[in-house]
Amino acid sequence: MEAISILAFIFTAVAVSYWWLWRQRVFDKPWVEEGTETDDRASIGGGLATANMALFAFLAVVTSLFALFISAYFTRMELDDWTPLSEPGSLWFNTAVLVLASVAIHWCTRTLSQTIYKVSLLATGVFTLGFIWGQYVAWQQLWAAGYYLNSNPANSFFFLFTALHALHLFGGLWVWTRATFRVFSNVEVEKAKMSVELCRTYWHFLLVVWLVLFALLLST
Amino acid sequence: MAYVAYTDREHHFAHPHSWVTKYVWSQDHKVIAIQYGLTAIAVGVVALVLSTIMRLQLGFPDTFSIITPSEYYQFVTMHGMIMVVYLLTALFLGGFGNYLIPLMIGARDMVFPFMNMLSFWFYFLSVIILMASFFVPGGPTGAGWTLYPPQAILFGTPGADWGILLMLISLAVFIIAFTMGGLNYVTTVLQARTRGLTLMRLPLSLWGILTATVLGLLAFPALLVSAIMMTLDNLIGTSFFMPALVSMGELQEHQGGSPILFQHLFWFFGHPEVYIVALPAFGIVSDLLSVHARKNIFGYRMMVWAIVIIGGLSFIVWAHHMYVSGMNPYFGFFFATTTLIIAVPTAIKVYNWVLTLWQGNIHLRVPMLFSIGFIFTFIHGGLTGLFLGNVVIDLPLSDTYFVVAHFHMVMGVSPILVIYGALYHWFPKITGKMYNATLGKWHFWLTFLGSYAIYLPMHYLGFLGVPRRYYAYEGIDFIPDSALMLNTQISTAALFVAVVQLLFFINVIWSLMYGRKSDPNPWGATTLEWQTPENPPAHGNWGKELPAVYRWAYDYSVPGAEKDFTPQNEPPKPGEKIEF
Repeated sequence: MEAISILAFIFTAVAVSYWWLWRQRVFDKPWVEEGTETDDRASIGGGLATANMALFAFLAVVTSLFALFISAYFTRMELDDWTPLSEPGSLWFNTAVLVLASVAIHWCTRTLSQTIYKVSLLATGVFTLGFIWGQYVAWQQLWAAGYYLNSNPANSFFFLFTALHALHLFGGLWVWTRATFRVFSNVEVEKAKMSVELCRTYWHFLLVVWLVLFALLLST
Repeated sequence: MAYVAYTDREHHFAHPHSWVTKYVWSQDHKVIAIQYGLTAIAVGVVALVLSTIMRLQLGFPDTFSIITPSEYYQFVTMHGMIMVVYLLTALFLGGFGNYLIPLMIGARDMVFPFMNMLSFWFYFLSVIILMASFFVPGGPTGAGWTLYPPQAILFGTPGADWGILLMLISLAVFIIAFTMGGLNYVTTVLQARTRGLTLMRLPLSLWGILTATVLGLLAFPALLVSAIMMTLDNLIGTSFFMPALVSMGELQEHQGGSPILFQHLFWFFGHPEVYIVALPAFGIVSDLLSVHARKNIFGYRMMVWAIVIIGGLSFIVWAHHMYVSGMNPYFGFFFATTTLIIAVPTAIKVYNWVLTLWQGNIHLRVPMLFSIGFIFTFIHGGLTGLFLGNVVIDLPLSDTYFVVAHFHMVMGVSPILVIYGALYHWFPKITGKMYNATLGKWHFWLTFLGSYAIYLPMHYLGFLGVPRRYYAYEGIDFIPDSALMLNTQISTAALFVAVVQLLFFINVIWSLMYGRKSDPNPWGATTLEWQTPENPPAHGNWGKELPAVYRWAYDYSVPGAEKDFTPQNEPPKPGEKIEF
């Protein structure tokens, strides 16, 4: 039961890989085929850009990481000394701010207008930093109430989850900084579009991760 | 639109200009591969030396008492961790993966050369951190390579103050390095293949490397998770893994943690890790056998499917390392079943290797000797794995020398033989020089027979019930004198095999200095890396134009063909008909 999240992830990952391989015609007999008429299949990925494919692979790695943590959470929860944590109410506010960050970055990739790019990228940054700051405030509230990292395993997991999630956001902000810098140095939007779109995927992904973690923390 | 490979786009490629950008901060996959290879081999030699010191202690306890019991445990730990992670994983994926992927798929480089360079330097940093633990107060950790809590971080275990911390940090850095490299390998294989190179035309080496990389990307996070939580248990006093306990007369601040949770996380990484090492070996040995038997690999598709299926199954067998942890018998039954199921695709591979040799035109060159040697040691180690995969047989054999013999045969000797085979096979490509074949053959026979002299008797020791991880065996009632004599024999063989490895290093150095220039394709191989315009390949690999691929990687001894091999990039002749 405890291993359900990681096993679900692994089964999904394996199933997707096998399905994808199936579509790569792994039943072909390469020894009877000749010539390069199969060109199209050489550049595979269904037209997926290389950077996008690398990002998706990276997201799979991050999913594996969080799925493992969640499995560990379920396992540890069943032991006697677990005292459920009452999460600070400000987390709801933070969640809303992170949703806004996602909305902002989504908005900008729908146009090619330089102004909208600038505004929405800045908004993304502000909301994201706001979320991280909000998480820190939540930490302070817990500290004030006498809950520390080592007080109880439920607390330990809370601090660990929020810290790791914030760390991933910081990583995203690094790419965001580069993209924003390019847009503001008046490079054509077309050229910055790719990295902004990568950011968008990453932000949506981290929003989903946070929603899952938040739901998990609230329900236990 | 004309096909332009990703790695052939203009913006992508810039030649290095200075010595530093060419050899130190290099972004050329071939240089990075050599950097990975040299670092891995260097740290592997350290681990080899550690094992010889341990064998001196075990075989001649009265004559050579040069290490203390604490040092013995530290050496056991470092030997295991270095060999599995820092040598085998790094050499197969960072070394061979880096060298072979772009060349075999007809690309100019990896798709993210800068990240590739970072990957190596992070790996290098992780090695430095690990080696630093030899020099800190208390020395390296002696917790065993599995680092089980609670003892891993309790005082009383050697290296509990600094060693374990450096080990955990080093592993975390290694995982970051691996992730950067792994994302590169996967994306490159999938995106940067040249015209005509479909997945089913890939050489099996790349199937092995690709699948192993995917396993690594999904499994290494488990090690990272356990490393992070154990670091917190150690430094901050959390209780993820640490139960309430009294250590050295003092009640610890931990309470309620679960050491078994660590075991699950560790082996969720640890078992796929076996295949992260084994799958590239499977792939490479398939290519070596085919080239040197001048015959197409038997059952190519089956070989691909087997690699992929083994990869999937490797994620649901992890608890067979934990039969003695007091798990529910039904779990034991489940994991024994999945473990034995893995034997099916693995056996298919073994049959296909043997059938590839059957009626082949076998050339007993050095790489071929190592490949055939691998078939022996792998069958041997694989069969003992079937014993240990069964709960009822595992319980009495657990923690005996039988286990040591099993995993050394299957994941020590076997992959190392493939690595040697691969190094001898690709040496002419990497260096442009030919090595001394006689010396290579001596190296093979002495290593191969010597390894059997080490590990065959260990199985017997295991049946006698001789426990592993003991510093000394004298004066223990249930261990007969004959076992002590065997221990001396094993140590003698181990020292012999360790010294014999000098033949390899002498050969490499001698060949680099005085070896004759090699042909670009000395073995008559079909795969793309042997078809480069320069030997060794220059930066950019392919001159002006990328090769196009017209056929699969195993057109050897095709009936009616002029030569006994047809390179993948040779266009079909008008009216050429393939018979099958």
